[in-house]
Amino acid sequence: MKHAIETQDLVKAYGATRALDGVSLQVRRGEVFGLLGPNGAGKTTFVRLLSTLIRPTGGRASVLGHDIVADAGKVRARISLTGQFASVDEELTGRENLMLLARLLGLSGREARSRYGELLDAFDIAGAANRQVSGYSGGMRRRLDIAASMITRPDLLFLDEPTTGLDPRARADVWAITRRLARSGTTILLTTQYLEEADQLAERIAVIDHGRVIAQGTAAQLKARIGSGVLRLTLHDRDDAARAGTIAAGLGLAAQMQEDPRMLTIPLPDADAALPLLAALAEQGIALVDFAYGQPTLDAVFFALTGHGAQGEAPVSGPQEPAAATEVSE
Amino acid sequence: MSLRESRLDRALGSGARAPSAPRPFADTLVFAWRAVLKIRHNPEQAFDVVVTPVMFTVMFTYLFGGALVGSTEAYLQFLLPGILVQTVMFTSIYTGFTLNQDIKRGVFDRFRAMPIWRPAPLAGAILGDVLRYTASALLVFGVGFLMGYRAEGGAGAFIVALILLNVFALGIGWIFTAVALMVRTPGTVMTLSWLVLMPVTFGSNIYVAPETMPGWLQAFVAVNPVSHITTALRGVLDADPALAAIGLALLTPLAVTAIFGPLSMWLYARERG
Ligand SMILES: Nc1ncnc2c1ncn2[C@@H]1O[C@H](COP(=O)(O)OP(=O)(O)O)[C@@H](O)[C@H]1O
Ligand SMILES: [Mg+2]
Repeated sequence: MKHAIETQDLVKAYGATRALDGVSLQVRRGEVFGLLGPNGAGKTTFVRLLSTLIRPTGGRASVLGHDIVADAGKVRARISLTGQFASVDEELTGRENLMLLARLLGLSGREARSRYGELLDAFDIAGAANRQVSGYSGGMRRRLDIAASMITRPDLLFLDEPTTGLDPRARADVWAITRRLARSGTTILLTTQYLEEADQLAERIAVIDHGRVIAQGTAAQLKARIGSGVLRLTLHDRDDAARAGTIAAGLGLAAQMQEDPRMLTIPLPDADAALPLLAALAEQGIALVDFAYGQPTLDAVFFALTGHGAQGEAPVSGPQEPAAATEVSE
Repeated sequence: MSLRESRLDRALGSGARAPSAPRPFADTLVFAWRAVLKIRHNPEQAFDVVVTPVMFTVMFTYLFGGALVGSTEAYLQFLLPGILVQTVMFTSIYTGFTLNQDIKRGVFDRFRAMPIWRPAPLAGAILGDVLRYTASALLVFGVGFLMGYRAEGGAGAFIVALILLNVFALGIGWIFTAVALMVRTPGTVMTLSWLVLMPVTFGSNIYVAPETMPGWLQAFVAVNPVSHITTALRGVLDADPALAAIGLALLTPLAVTAIFGPLSMWLYARERG
């Protein structure tokens, strides 16, 4: 069995809402797989289905070779879940939380004490071990949450938006922990709203929107489609926008209009591609107020993949079609 | 970087494997321990469980004792078994309240994704309840003794009373458990539970003998299960146990368990979105 997760046309409907609308994915053993999508895309639903908390409306899925419906008990013995909303007990102390879970996982009193001591230390929570979790910072709570998932060694770990709402430093900690987890051999399914996070941590990424996978591949493959970076231009004169789009197209680049008619975003294969474009614009007498180069936002990714933004608003009509190649690149 | 990566590596590399078979008894005990921890961390609940019954016993005895039966001593003798019932009833509300709170929180998702005995969280909570009922009943007994209460039946009667109280409260508690599994917020559980508890507690023979009540109220008191358990406890503690009264007192909790027990289990096992 080479797949940690295998799903086929997985569907979860809540009344008329199709939270998951036919998802087929394969996560290899030992890899970090990133599920990237905006709020409401279906990420948590996917995680809850695969961790046996809910049952699918349609389709099939197996985790480590066990069917999630027929063999739910076997699945549970081999996974750990760190949910989107802190899955630790607020009223208990950090130590009590780990003790409780350790005992439920079959460790004896002494084993449990030695194990939680080790984890509190490694996750840098030892100083707050005897305080109630309700008083923890977001970062500490998250670290405890992940430590709680590692009391015994799972074959597959679900991390549902582990850094949403964290400050940059706490986020860096969670990233470091995730990398170490991956190195220890645990397969990780990570969900996130941040392209950068998926790029940094995941070997392969599926982009999900409205319950469907709209693109899938390695970070490099996705970036080749959407550009590793985005050039944002602010024109001096809004009437130049269409002409600027044509110039970009002449260089093989797809310009996207923004809500502000003076603004254009242009996904680039790499930073060097910006120079010829800027030169060409200057040559044609198109004046710029400002330009910036950076990582594409999730919104830009969605625009590139679907022709609409992450929130699902209608595409802004541009001088040319966005790079709307929506077929899966793999 | 506050995290020491070498320690992290060591900790992550050294975890044991999770057990493959759930262990019903051990898992239940862990959840009972969790219930006890929760009480320790929850001063308001401790307040309710400790202060309210003591306050009721003291206040009612000295306030109404003389007027109702002529002397505080005689009234205490009459009142105490009923206060025990009232105490465990009020305590039983927390079962539903805590359960509802738990389910709302992410931690329950974690439990449900673990290889544990599925009813363990519920079973453990019930075991925790037994500890809570027993503790609050012992407390009321203690205060009663200090104020001059005497159980004619002695130590044996005392133990039988504790058992009856637990069976009664655990049985009735299934109603609140079922309610907790059906409504959205812990607050709603509280409100609904009080709505049930208030009339059955005060419309009973706990505080006064029903002879002076209007006929319709007497009729209610006569069929009220709280009256039945109070009557049974008075008999047991006064060394005058009536098997018929005990049987009647146990009828309701057993019937409630038969209906609401399976219902709660079903509600609990049912998938939550
Ligand atoms: N229990 C539920 N009942 C009804 N709708 C739900 C439920 N859970 C999720 N949904 C809906 O399913 C969609 C996907 O939700 P979710 O999986 O939580 O997305 P994400 O985690 O990507 O933000 C959303 O439209 C959400 O409103
Ligand atoms: Mg989510």
